[in-house]
Amino acid sequence: MRFVKLLRQSPWSARIGICIVLINVFAAVFAPVICRYGETELVNDVWMSPSDDNLLGTDHMGRDMFTRLVYGARNTIAIAMVTTFLAFFVGSMMGFFAAILGGWTDLILSRLIDILMAFPTLIFALVVLSVVGTGTGPLIAVISLIAATRVYRLSRAVAMDIEVMEFVEGARLRGEKIWWLMWHEILPNALPPLVAEFGLRFCFVFLFIASLSFLGLGIQPPIADWGGMVRENSGAITFGIMTPLFPAAAIAFLTIGVNLIVDWFLHISSGLKD
Amino acid sequence: MKNIIELTIKRLLLGFGTIIVISMLIFMGVEALPGDLAETILGQDATPETVKAFRKELKLDLPPHVRYIDWLGGFLKGDLGKSMAAKRPISEMIGWRFSNTMFLAAVAAAVAVPIAVILGILAALYRNTLFDKIISIVTLSFISFPEFFIAYILIALFAVKFRIFPSIANIGDEMALWEKLYSIILPCVTLSLVVMAHMMRQTRAAIINVLSSAYIEMARLKGLKRLRVIVVHAFPNSLSPVINVIALNMAYLIVGVVIVEVVFVYPGLGQLMVDSVAKRDLPVVQASGLIFAATYVVLNLLADLFSIISNPRLRNPR
Repeated sequence: MRFVKLLRQSPWSARIGICIVLINVFAAVFAPVICRYGETELVNDVWMSPSDDNLLGTDHMGRDMFTRLVYGARNTIAIAMVTTFLAFFVGSMMGFFAAILGGWTDLILSRLIDILMAFPTLIFALVVLSVVGTGTGPLIAVISLIAATRVYRLSRAVAMDIEVMEFVEGARLRGEKIWWLMWHEILPNALPPLVAEFGLRFCFVFLFIASLSFLGLGIQPPIADWGGMVRENSGAITFGIMTPLFPAAAIAFLTIGVNLIVDWFLHISSGLKD
Repeated sequence: MKNIIELTIKRLLLGFGTIIVISMLIFMGVEALPGDLAETILGQDATPETVKAFRKELKLDLPPHVRYIDWLGGFLKGDLGKSMAAKRPISEMIGWRFSNTMFLAAVAAAVAVPIAVILGILAALYRNTLFDKIISIVTLSFISFPEFFIAYILIALFAVKFRIFPSIANIGDEMALWEKLYSIILPCVTLSLVVMAHMMRQTRAAIINVLSSAYIEMARLKGLKRLRVIVVHAFPNSLSPVINVIALNMAYLIVGVVIVEVVFVYPGLGQLMVDSVAKRDLPVVQASGLIFAATYVVLNLLADLFSIISNPRLRNPR
């Protein structure tokens, strides 16, 4: 009920954001039902203009662009979600650990994270991918590591504030173990700021994956993926064919949607009235 | 004054240490390969003799710490080793490309920084007006756009539809400055738009933060003129956060430049690095990675130094 009330008070910008996200999730979940063709099915000539048969035309190999876009939503969003969850799991766990244990654990973990954060993100990813090779697995691993450093910073700071409160002290005196402290005392109280951060990190991860796929170092063909689709079709733009703009616009569309929701969340949690 | 010098020296040492650690990480990353570099490159059907010879050529027969010091020492002397794919000295390939990348980034920064800071300050001063809301929506959308989306829209409009600017940014040494500027106009606009969006939002937030502090309210309550409050009281104190914002965004510039170079086929370091990653030409990736990372660290360092110097609280210690 609280959720419904919150939703009713939401500004129009957040509602647009929610609609955008729901459309994308719907496309991702029901991809095989929505599409007439298969993900990698060759259906027509290359780079056809939009028509009744092919709503958004065809791509550089003659596959239906609309179908590729819908399946692209499925693949890209799924991989971005997995990566973000992984980053949050690792990052917040380490952050809580550092805050609860303090001392050497905190010092070593924090310095390690500092070093990773001194790298420009894309350069770090490029160096790692050149060593381990390209593919979906390495992609998820390296991006979640980069995102986890930012999550670590936030969750450590939040947990530090909670850790000094009486109820944590009480639990400690009761003799509770560190896992209990993390799970029952720190996590529930650290959740609101982490949720807002989740949206921000999702956008970061999502754009990062799109960029790497666009550079040809992310998700590999023939899997439909928005960043890769822009790359594959980029040659068309000089002939005045707008095909590569569709997947690029899809990326922009979803990111705006998530950002609008995050903005609203940040606004609520900052407690400002206007 | 003593305070500032102490902080500056500390910060310089920290920056230097960071670069050393980063170079170690980049070097060790390749060490962590399963098997070794020679086997990975030559493949499984190479004879033991070729592997051995190749190992010697790459100096893989020496212990790691010796090779690291050798590599770093060569780096400082401008000898970056040899590319495995092109069989050419890396310094030959990189020097020209690096100056091209810096040229593009510098022009983009020169366009973006003044516009972004001025608009950000205006948005903060006229908070919650229509102007502020428009800026907020426009910047939010630009932050959400991947660089290549903006780039292709610009190409579709200005290179294909109106045919005013070239879609491929090719520059050479024989070109005059204005010719170079003309050919990089689209990549430059793309980069500036992305960076400006981030910078405007952060500048606005930093200024609002300063404006809501107690001493500003005090100055207003004293009955000072609005202009005087802003110029004498708010401006000196907001300089330091704004400089920080500018520095942070040089990071976006470095990351963004890689993608923009690929879109516009610009002969810069970023494009070379992406190509080398795909080819797994590790010496080139190591060298260009270290150059990018070091540039980034130095920019951050400069920003910190500027913000130390420009912070009135540090300048006049009690």
